[in-house]
Amino acid sequence: MYSFDFEKPSTIADAVAALADDDAQALAGGQTLIPTLKQRLASPEKLISLTGIPELQGICTGDNGALCIGAGTTHADVAAGAGAFPALAALAGNIGDPAVRSRGTIGGSVANNDPSACYPAAVLGAGATVVTNAREIAADDFFDGLFETALEEGEIITEVRFPIPEVANYQKFEQPASRFALVGVFVVKFADGVRVAVTGASEEGVFRWREAENALSNGMDAALIEGMSPNADDMITDLHGSAAYRAHLVGVMTRRAVAAAN
Amino acid sequence: MSQVTMTVNGKTATGDVEGRTLLSQFLRENLNLTGTHVGCDTSQCGACVVHVDGKAVKSCTMLALEAEGADVATIEGQAAPDGTLNTIQQAFQDHHGLQCGFCTPGMVMSAAALLKDNPKPTETEVRDYLEGNICRCTGYHNIVKAIMAASGQDVSSIAAE
Repeated sequence: MYSFDFEKPSTIADAVAALADDDAQALAGGQTLIPTLKQRLASPEKLISLTGIPELQGICTGDNGALCIGAGTTHADVAAGAGAFPALAALAGNIGDPAVRSRGTIGGSVANNDPSACYPAAVLGAGATVVTNAREIAADDFFDGLFETALEEGEIITEVRFPIPEVANYQKFEQPASRFALVGVFVVKFADGVRVAVTGASEEGVFRWREAENALSNGMDAALIEGMSPNADDMITDLHGSAAYRAHLVGVMTRRAVAAAN
Repeated sequence: MSQVTMTVNGKTATGDVEGRTLLSQFLRENLNLTGTHVGCDTSQCGACVVHVDGKAVKSCTMLALEAEGADVATIEGQAAPDGTLNTIQQAFQDHHGLQCGFCTPGMVMSAAALLKDNPKPTETEVRDYLEGNICRCTGYHNIVKAIMAASGQDVSSIAAE
């Protein structure tokens, strides 16, 4: 790692002020950023830790029964505390391994928008709202390609608000070495429709599979999407799987998620 | 350099560290607690697992300054002061849960975290919990057996392999 200064503010306001410095970078649980720094893929002059801010911690029920999760809440705490949204709790409880889940946070994962991370699929699939120190951003407007989001420089996520669906399920086909999703599909049914969000597959990062959503609007029945898979043109090809394989897996994992959600 | 103070195995520990100093580095190089092993340094192998405020973490993927004020437990604090092994350590010895021993500190600390939350885990739960701890010698079988035995369960039906 290159050398950097370290600050650990205790309020959101102090963190935002510290991040106004151009060379400062926010540090959440560090389970992605610290390995990135070790590889010298990033060289911030100053890290602003968000782990000492009580306002960012915890889970509560907000307006309209939404599940509000503080951005600094760890995967382990979401797994244990998001009982109102079991598919989300299950997703959080299967990220990485137990020690990673003790440190990694929902805000860090969502802000990083790794194309193979699990949380973006839940946030987009559930149509959650990403709350920052400055505004509220709908999930459909938040994710913006590989590692890109609608966040401005120095803007930090404070909370993610999940509406509670009728049923939901997440199916993850793990890349066996990293345990990131080779393909992960989060299927959610609300009274007014079905949403299907796919992570791990696309060159454009997490996306909604609209054809499947339309087909499933006639009912949460895996038979309605039998044989369907998204266009392979935009899918990732790497040593773990070809674009065609990933497109096929999206269909398979979506059908499994629909079947398991019922 | 900044000063960091934490409790390590029940004793106050203080040292001067850089922003980039890892918790694993602080334990090993400042405190000479070299029982915490650094196997991969990429948060894959779990040899560096310690407890921070009661939770298992990979100490190679946490900055020392993040542990300011924390209660840290390492493998050195597991045995009694006279050297008597704790239940988990003794079970690893009894069931031959190690060969080269490099991964063992992390295995023991992960096992301790598991048994704290889940005192009678199933074999599947033990295997799932050890997802982030890699052993290249044993094939895991005797590690799982040792942890099951440490939880007070009968392991006679788990065949020796």
